[in-house]
Amino acid sequence: MAEVLVYVDHVDGAVRKPTLELLTLARRIGEPVAVALGNGAADTAAALAEHGAVKVLTHEASEYADYLVVPKVDALQAAVAAVSPAAVLVPSSAEGKEIAARLALRIGSGIITDAVDLEAGDEGPVATQSVFAASFTTKSRISRGTPVITVKPNSAAVEAAPAAGSVEDLAVTFSEAATGTKVTGRTPRESTGRPELTEAAIVVSGGRGVNGAENFAIIEALADSLGAAVGASRAAVDAGWYPHTNQVGQTGKSVSPQLYIANGISGAIQHRAGMQTSKTIVAVNKDAEAPIFDLVDYGVVGDLFDVVPQLTQEINAING
Amino acid sequence: MGTLDVLSEDEQFIVRTVHDFVDKEVKPVVQELEHAGTYPEALIEQMKQLGIFGLAVPEEYGGTPVSTPCYVLITEELARGWMSLAGAMGGHTVVAKLLLHFGTEEQKRRYLPKMATGEIRATMALTEPGGGSDLQAMRTVARKDGAGGYVVNGTKTWITNSRRSGLIALLCKTDPDAAPAHQGISILLAEHGPGLTVSRDLPKLGYKGVESCELSFEDYRAPADALLGGVEGKGFAQMMKGLETGRLQVAARALGVGRAALEDALAYAQERESFGKPIWKHQSIGNYLADMATSLTAARQLTLYAAREADAGRRVDMEAGMAKLFASETAMQIALNALRIHGGYGYSTEFDVERYFRDAPLMIVGEGTNEIQRNVIASQLVKRGRLDV
Amino acid sequence: MRIVVIVKYVPDATGDRHFADDLTVDRDDVDGLLCELDEYAVEQALQISENSDDDVEITVLTVGPEDAKDALRKALSMGADKAIHVEDDDLHGTDAIGTSLVLAKAIEKAGFDLVVSGMASTDGTAGIVPALVAERLGVPQVTLLSEVSVEDGTVKGRRDGDAASEQLQASLPAVVSVTDQSGEARYPSFKGIMAAKKKPVESWDLSDLEIDAEEVGLAGAWTKVESAAERPARTAGTIVKDEGEGGKQLAAFLASQKFI
Repeated sequence: MAEVLVYVDHVDGAVRKPTLELLTLARRIGEPVAVALGNGAADTAAALAEHGAVKVLTHEASEYADYLVVPKVDALQAAVAAVSPAAVLVPSSAEGKEIAARLALRIGSGIITDAVDLEAGDEGPVATQSVFAASFTTKSRISRGTPVITVKPNSAAVEAAPAAGSVEDLAVTFSEAATGTKVTGRTPRESTGRPELTEAAIVVSGGRGVNGAENFAIIEALADSLGAAVGASRAAVDAGWYPHTNQVGQTGKSVSPQLYIANGISGAIQHRAGMQTSKTIVAVNKDAEAPIFDLVDYGVVGDLFDVVPQLTQEINAING
Repeated sequence: MGTLDVLSEDEQFIVRTVHDFVDKEVKPVVQELEHAGTYPEALIEQMKQLGIFGLAVPEEYGGTPVSTPCYVLITEELARGWMSLAGAMGGHTVVAKLLLHFGTEEQKRRYLPKMATGEIRATMALTEPGGGSDLQAMRTVARKDGAGGYVVNGTKTWITNSRRSGLIALLCKTDPDAAPAHQGISILLAEHGPGLTVSRDLPKLGYKGVESCELSFEDYRAPADALLGGVEGKGFAQMMKGLETGRLQVAARALGVGRAALEDALAYAQERESFGKPIWKHQSIGNYLADMATSLTAARQLTLYAAREADAGRRVDMEAGMAKLFASETAMQIALNALRIHGGYGYSTEFDVERYFRDAPLMIVGEGTNEIQRNVIASQLVKRGRLDV
Repeated sequence: MRIVVIVKYVPDATGDRHFADDLTVDRDDVDGLLCELDEYAVEQALQISENSDDDVEITVLTVGPEDAKDALRKALSMGADKAIHVEDDDLHGTDAIGTSLVLAKAIEKAGFDLVVSGMASTDGTAGIVPALVAERLGVPQVTLLSEVSVEDGTVKGRRDGDAASEQLQASLPAVVSVTDQSGEARYPSFKGIMAAKKKPVESWDLSDLEIDAEEVGLAGAWTKVESAAERPARTAGTIVKDEGEGGKQLAAFLASQKFI
């Protein structure tokens, strides 16, 4: 069976959820071979094996942290040369897409970005994408070279599928370009204790109707009652009420959770682009004409300052 | 946008730029600024960057002059967002035109380059507490002092941007005894200084955010070279010419208010449903929309016609008067009908419609009441002997 | 310093965007405009120029149909010095890889010290073109910057990632992309609009760039869109009006869906 390379997104050896989802998709088209780079690479093996990686190619070097993108492209290219895979899957983060794009160009292959589903096809894997603010769905495949596909978080379930997961060293020679862009400083984000926005099963968002940074506390309280991530509309971010890293929409994050709760968000196209593929959508808005209500499975026309605290209280009561 | 076709490609781009500016920068903040009565400092700064204050200033003085139809459509766009913004640039443009047409070269060089960037903003002082549109009856007097300058005494009212204007085109009598009276009227280019005080802010129905004040002149001294054009007794004719632009500007403001009211009503009538259908499908509402759109289109074409006539170099006091008269009455009617269409929401300060309803009357009474406009139109009709075709 | 800003002419996102019969983006029925995200690129190029002691020449480059001139015009009105429009019938349907080829060739032909791009296009949104252009040009990529500055032949910037905010640095020549957090783009001034028509706009086709038609266009694309379907409208949901019990009703719904 053909091997499929899966680029591993991890933090010091802790594998992030989207990579495990990639393993699920990779098993549909071949045998997953994971590529883990940088500090803690070998520590990823156990989690990857449990989810179906037959092999884990690792390489540790300071270049991965000290320089932007290109060292990882060099390594992935080396892995492609070593394995001759049927496809290369990369998580659709900003960096993941850049790595994938440069790899595709180097190996003379086409690239598909932001796939939301993947299946085997007669002429290679077929990727589903969601375009034009998720108003259209396309199916595409790569017509030249080794398919390089980036996949969005929450596109597949994480499934246990124990495999060998044998660790092998990957031989990497860095290119001249590898040290082109130096990372001279790094400030880690403060952890909120909440799930990562793009990976969360539930996202609770606030918009213009929240009307002030201090009021986001009630959005956070609802999120915490559900174990959810917190999102914000562009209006709320532009007003300085919530950080840009939490922005959902065209110029922020694109999310696709099981449940999306929009509070005080009108539902402009820019916002819809980032959340329209959510499985279940719920909205609270005092304007009955807000376009968000066109999308919802359940909507409450009312003041979020009444509805949201009552909802939070109710959830906490049910959860005991 | 068929209306823009009368403009050159560059001017179309300019109007579209102002359109974007209004949608992105003005619409989101207008309610808050209006209801707090906040002076729109940031928006005015952006308008300076755009070049709004240099629209009537020739390139040699650092401006970007546009055709009068373009000026009308820019003003309409601003007023579509917030009439107060259009008000903040109206008098400025008239003063720029006064300087351009009648100023001495020295006066042009002193003011126009700084007016083009908005560094100096200008306003007009015509109306007096004792009388509005009857300019010849004014009581503000500038007497010659010994040194060739003037000593001014009197009170002016409804002065837009009083404190923020670095230049006030002051209409006053330099010869109170002249007969006919208009031959004793002059324009002084006044700057803030001793003897000139902003004596009070006028409370008003609408036109919020920008100040409208009363100005008191008590032995205010203006140098001899403050006299527009350097020759006394020309002020009335000069101002009448300036007011042609002023009236077109006010007509354009009315177009903007009318258009905003129509746009809001049109959107609302499609969203709002009653008896199982969008309310525009009820004939009463549909008829309102039809009439609003028809009269607005007529008002715009009338205004653009007057603007083209002005650019052709013809006297347009009658045409500008017609435009101002018709556009302002139209805006009022559209605002009222938009309020009706919105029902209870139309009366709510959470919607924009009530603002249109409060702003529209300014264009009826300002820049020469509509009653005065009718006088002008009638007397011109008689004088010209017919309506030109 | 020679800055090349790459911009895209895109269908208006608020319009009704759809696909043509050949599964390329239908550009006929929707108004186009300079991609909003590219305005940030033009703005940062202008600011780099304004903060520089050296002479800076800003060239704005686009690949696209005849109407794409409108995007160039806007960038010139904002203050760019000249423009290059790459237009060729054979470009229809070109994918990101092919686009990066055309851009890279054109950038090389124009000459550059710095390439500035937006973070993505509002119609494609993949955000990979800047990385591809850097790969092709063989220069550092300094991408997704929320802050950027150029001094003494070095470009520095801040990249706000999910896990960390990184300070980046590279020597020129380099390719930069900037996000919508980099600073609001200016409006074209009226003076800028009037001046734009006097600024040079060069038109190049594929032969000017020595690119074979087979390398680009729909036929040259390394990906193939097999089908495009409008996403079925979401079935109408339940809407209730809060009359004091809205939160409880919503909780009941969430419980029925097993979220609680």
